[in-house]
Amino acid sequence: MSLDKATVRTIANLARIEVPDEELDHLAGELSRIVDFVEQLSEVNTDGVAPMTSVAEMTLPRRQDVVSDGNCRDGVLANAPDADDGFFCVPKVVE
Amino acid sequence: MTRLTDLTMAQARDGLAKGEFTSVELTEAHVKAMEAARGLNAYITETPDLALEQAKASDERRRKGEAGAMEGLPVAIKDLFCTKGVRTTAASKILHDFTPPYESTVSDNLLKAGAVSLGKTNLDEFAMGSSNMTSHFGGVTNPWKRRGDDSPLVPGGSSGGSAAAVAARIALGATGTDTGGSIRQPAAFCGIVGIKPTYGRCSRWGTVAFASSLDQAGPMTRTVRDAAIMLGAMAGHDPKDSTSAPMAVPDFEAALTGDIRGLKVGIPKEYRPEGLSDEIAKVWEQGIEWLKAAGAEPVEISLPHTKYALATYYIVAPAEASSNLARYDGVRFGLRVDGKSLDEMYAKTRAEGFGSEVKRRIMIGTYVLSAGYYDAYYAKAQKVRALIAEDFRKAYETVDVILTPTAPSAAFGMGEKMDDPITMYLNDVFTVPTSLAGLPGLSLPAGLNAEGLPLGLQLIGRPFDEETVLKVADVMEQAAGFTARPAGVEG
Repeated sequence: MSLDKATVRTIANLARIEVPDEELDHLAGELSRIVDFVEQLSEVNTDGVAPMTSVAEMTLPRRQDVVSDGNCRDGVLANAPDADDGFFCVPKVVE
Repeated sequence: MTRLTDLTMAQARDGLAKGEFTSVELTEAHVKAMEAARGLNAYITETPDLALEQAKASDERRRKGEAGAMEGLPVAIKDLFCTKGVRTTAASKILHDFTPPYESTVSDNLLKAGAVSLGKTNLDEFAMGSSNMTSHFGGVTNPWKRRGDDSPLVPGGSSGGSAAAVAARIALGATGTDTGGSIRQPAAFCGIVGIKPTYGRCSRWGTVAFASSLDQAGPMTRTVRDAAIMLGAMAGHDPKDSTSAPMAVPDFEAALTGDIRGLKVGIPKEYRPEGLSDEIAKVWEQGIEWLKAAGAEPVEISLPHTKYALATYYIVAPAEASSNLARYDGVRFGLRVDGKSLDEMYAKTRAEGFGSEVKRRIMIGTYVLSAGYYDAYYAKAQKVRALIAEDFRKAYETVDVILTPTAPSAAFGMGEKMDDPITMYLNDVFTVPTSLAGLPGLSLPAGLNAEGLPLGLQLIGRPFDEETVLKVADVMEQAAGFTARPAGVEG
């Protein structure tokens, strides 16, 4: 199945990646080739097969619901492109 | 005496123990070699001062009789492992100035075992690639060259910097990570040993995530024994990674008994597709002969869903990647490109910060997980993945280990196979099934092709049976007697 420009624009928006209009055609071609390639799975009979959701056959462990870490605000903010007064800063989201 | 940079890890360990040289001397020799080999672009960040500091501390510990399993041994760390206070980039522009305030469990385990870190090695951006050409910091040159031909070749990927560093003798060993072949394929291209252990053997905590159900760390070394030593130091249960296996780490080195008599070695017929190159087929045949001579029994097996592994992988891995890489939003760390709104800032930051292969995979992943397509692609791929894992499970009812080629070709030229993503993806056709099934897989150098380039063979084991894989690899390594060296690396 080939992806058209509109679909690629939707995907790019869902993925929050800006794609200039002039690149949409090229990208649609590349992504279509990959989708065509993976389409071959449709020929495999998977009736009654349970999807593999865990690699190791193990039950995920539980832990005590207690605080085990913290008090590292400055470490958390150390790599922020824009931090002020102990907060991450972003463009205004509320008018 | 052998040059210090030419020692195996086991030899260096024994030399240090006997007091023949100090870790500072060993580290200085590697730092010098690392500077001399900068043309390879194997390292993104060199940390010579830190290395010498660690070496001094190691010599001090040794004087006090506190030597760990990797005491004083200089290694390189793939720049996908977070290192406290040392820039960690994942070879991406979006993380070009990220300095983690914490240490990944695997690198921390190595430091606790006494290892010295020389620096952070280059890789494909976010470990997505098979050539190291997608790195924001430029490609890595394979130290190997075709006979009589000076054109630069790729080291493979994604752990290309680690493989090149170990092959060029500018690290005794290096960490790699493997999602679909990223340890084994570069190991094969650079004539070294690399093992991706069973999923869960090494903690993923603090390793920049690509595809969480596939990512595994492992060692890249010049010998099988060294891989056993280093894997033992890297592995272990970690409560911070809920998928890390709560199992004791065996003494992998003790598994190298040299005795493989009676072992049944599966030879999967599906790994001999039409068009498999003669030189790959030949080295595989040779490997089977070595195993027979050592008393093992080759058994033809069938892994019928092999041909669907790549397509399965290119749904599962991008899907997980699109989710994992959602965190790069320009808010908490990494690059930010300003925009008028929050959404515009996200989209501009990610457009500027990610390279084209990473963007492609995020978009494919987004597509296969999106409403209306989830069942057709992602759920379907998870079912086929179950069938692939089942193929292996059935095979291991009759065999103990499986032997295949590692990659469909030797190292190729820089810039080749770049026109079409699928051509590049085909590099991993023999390594991806193992990853999907979560099994341990090791590549070892088995010989040279007509152009003088190394070719690798892959051994695949049962879950958590790295010991058998290493034992068989050790026997094959002795039979292969692989002593060839890359161009410009003297003995």
